[in-house]
Amino acid sequence: MTTAVDALVPRMREICGAGNVVTDPLELRTYECDGLTSHRSVPALVVLPATASEVAAVVAACAAAGVPFVARGSGTGLSGGALPRQDGVLIVMSRMRSIVEIDPVSRRAVVEPGVTNLAVSKAAAPFGLFYAPDPSSQVVCSVGGNVAENSGGAHCLKHGFTVHHVTGLQIVTPSGELTWLGDGTGVASGYDLVGAFTGSEGTLGIVTKIVVKLMPLPEVVHTLLAAYATTAEGGRAVSDIIAAGIVPAAIEMMDALSIEAAEAAVHCNYPAGAGAVLIVELDGPAAEVEAELSVVRAICEAAGATEIRAADDPAQRAVIWAGRKSAFAAVGRISPSFIVQDGVVPRTSLGAVLAKIASLSAEAGIRVANVFHAGDGNLHPLVLYDDAVPGQAEAAEEVSGQILDACLEAGGSITGEHGVGVDKSRYMPKMFGADDLDTMQLVRCAFDPASLCNPGKIFPTPRLCGEVPGHRRAGVLAAEHPAVAAGQAEIF
Amino acid sequence: MDTERTVVPGVRDALVAACPVVRSADAAADAIGGVVPSFVAFPASTEEASGLLRAAAAFDLAVVPRGAGTGLSWGPPPSACDLVIDLQAMDQVIEHAAGDLVARVQAGATIGHLASVLGSAGQELALDVPADATVGGVVATGTAGPRRFRYGAPRDLLIGITIVRADGVVARSGGKVVKNVAGYDLGKLFSGSQGTLGLITEVAFRLHPRPAAVAWVTGDYGPSALAKAAAAVATAAGSALVPSAVELAWSAEFLRMGVLLEGTESGVGERAGRVAELIAAAGGTPVVARSEVPFRWFDLVPEAGAPAVVVRVSFWVSRLAAVLEAIAAAGASAGVRPVVSGPAGAGVLYACLDPGVAEADAARFVLVLRDALGLSGGPGGLVAEPRGSVAVLAAPPAVLTAAGAYGPVPGAALMRAVKDQFDPGHRMFPGRLGGS
Repeated sequence: MTTAVDALVPRMREICGAGNVVTDPLELRTYECDGLTSHRSVPALVVLPATASEVAAVVAACAAAGVPFVARGSGTGLSGGALPRQDGVLIVMSRMRSIVEIDPVSRRAVVEPGVTNLAVSKAAAPFGLFYAPDPSSQVVCSVGGNVAENSGGAHCLKHGFTVHHVTGLQIVTPSGELTWLGDGTGVASGYDLVGAFTGSEGTLGIVTKIVVKLMPLPEVVHTLLAAYATTAEGGRAVSDIIAAGIVPAAIEMMDALSIEAAEAAVHCNYPAGAGAVLIVELDGPAAEVEAELSVVRAICEAAGATEIRAADDPAQRAVIWAGRKSAFAAVGRISPSFIVQDGVVPRTSLGAVLAKIASLSAEAGIRVANVFHAGDGNLHPLVLYDDAVPGQAEAAEEVSGQILDACLEAGGSITGEHGVGVDKSRYMPKMFGADDLDTMQLVRCAFDPASLCNPGKIFPTPRLCGEVPGHRRAGVLAAEHPAVAAGQAEIF
Repeated sequence: MDTERTVVPGVRDALVAACPVVRSADAAADAIGGVVPSFVAFPASTEEASGLLRAAAAFDLAVVPRGAGTGLSWGPPPSACDLVIDLQAMDQVIEHAAGDLVARVQAGATIGHLASVLGSAGQELALDVPADATVGGVVATGTAGPRRFRYGAPRDLLIGITIVRADGVVARSGGKVVKNVAGYDLGKLFSGSQGTLGLITEVAFRLHPRPAAVAWVTGDYGPSALAKAAAAVATAAGSALVPSAVELAWSAEFLRMGVLLEGTESGVGERAGRVAELIAAAGGTPVVARSEVPFRWFDLVPEAGAPAVVVRVSFWVSRLAAVLEAIAAAGASAGVRPVVSGPAGAGVLYACLDPGVAEADAARFVLVLRDALGLSGGPGGLVAEPRGSVAVLAAPPAVLTAAGAYGPVPGAALMRAVKDQFDPGHRMFPGRLGGS
């Protein structure tokens, strides 16, 4: 433990209670990584505050001591966004897990950051409402973590990401001040700091309370599974569905290798011998969904589906989704190790990029299983390797990077929902220019000039934040407006 | 005003070197709320815009970005303006990837032009904003119409942005894919920033397919049946019928709600019938129409004469009846009768006062309304748990001075810090965004 952090221990015990400050080396080690286990770093100290005021006091103490700090929700992140600092404090939000309020008439809920994603929907269900963003880890992942990562999920094709469902945030700033961002309704007075904060991967502060939108549960949900000989055929069905003006709740695809893995893990009983499985989910008013369903079915058949299954009740739907939802973990059944990639391409480039991935895979002799949110072009190639084979891990890492290159060449992104974290900061200069990254970091400098809040994430090269003297000014050429010059107390 | 009077030598040359189309400002056509700039420049590219802002930085010029100018008279005039950068020469739809439901557009393209390009592929940008406004202006002001209820505001449809900073540096964030979490989202920050952080030169939007059929179901209530109408709005907004808009319009003469349904021909017909039943059950008189949008809050804003007063009220929908009562009470207290309209189901209403309203009365209306809704702030100046706001979007400067544009703003210190980082000289539309 570093001395600066050592000196903080008594104060942290005072703030959080002795039982909520972890100093035992063995216990600290359990926090050494999040969902991305390839990056590990044991924190110098772990604290578990129970209230927003405690978080503020913890952060203020860190700021005063110049000690870096990292917030952690449920630790399910896949980009190392919650990777601790060896010289810093890890602030674990898991004790802040109450659903503060549900207002069914306003369709709003106020929750603490440690509340799990699914818990919000469960609490809203008695009112006929649900919380739309649904990352695959929704049983365990926290809403606070979702805000940090701007999490998506299979259904964000239609319903949007976390940022579309958060209307207000209470945060602790990197200097330890408790403040609200936004007016709680999602309408900004001044700058949209709720929007800027959401998806900032824990680098702009720590969220302590979240106002979320709830949506009415759909009247009906229909899920359709179509099997194809190839992903190209499945891809054609996807394009035709979109071209027909239909926006399904979700369109997912799996290729032969990921189907094989899912079969081994959960016996999902997908059509035997399928080269690709497409899952299309439609939700909404019965009168609309019935009409859409027949169009989608016809499109899937025309694209060459070898088999189509439909589900219109929760149990049948669960059977169809079982294979898809288990896919990441299932790959463990067919490979000792694997990398979960998260690239995005324009939907119309899916076929070309999948072909490119296949050739990269063949060239390197590294297997790649493809699971993807086909509707929005978000690929999750699972790059398989065996640590026991010398050089394979490196080869897999290389293929993984080349896949991102292919996504960027197609006009896409290096991450659709897992975030940049520590894992992809080195790819940021491939997607953005130096001026782009410099400009983004102006936001960082505004929120965290001392660079203590989750430092080392997102940006490969930190920007030094100089003192910026803000001042009101007059035009040098034209006259000031007299009424305004005389006027407002506060002017940007 | 003699605009050439104080011109520093070399400014014009520097501007022209960056952008060939520069002219002296016209005192009548280019004045913004009485402030006459010295120059107006018309960049044809992001590079030219960058050059202009570098020159402006070198000569410490105050800059105001301008699209079609439809929103310039809203909000406070600039405290100073040397250079107007007019984006109307950058009017191209750069790319419409119909299969991806994405378009890239230059900031000076009009909403109408964009709509005609997208419409040919059966697609649209799901914002109901005036056709003559520019894309950049709509993003910079964060303007949205009835379908805010379902599709949100410009920030929710924007997936990529190119901006020029006050120092001339060009930066972009996002991209042209809908799902993308790489880096900070500058698009969110610039949406609604009113030109105070930099110049928007290009944006990428996610698009939506145009629905095969639409229907507006309107319901009339007596002008004083506030509770009934409020309950009907909440019921429609919370129904599983998936309305695209849930509007309310209210004046001394009428109280009317409107629900927009989009979908297939048969689906819309059935859903409209069910919404009509819902309105009738809540004591209203429903009418189903397959027509053009009857509700757009900004259509109620008077155009001519003195600047109108437009007050935006946001709230949790469960408080809608209380909000309407508070508006009535504040109006009575100030001796004004606002016309109220907006996406009430999304928790937003706009109260418009007559252009001829006395400034003191308008300010009183705003202050009384904030008080009644508990939004004036406590001893620390802030509201403990913000659940709404009362913002003055347009008003004469005296009203803004007396009432403040926003009342207490959560996170105002962070906003100031953001402004200082992006525009340390406070040269971008100085005076436009007023805090508490």
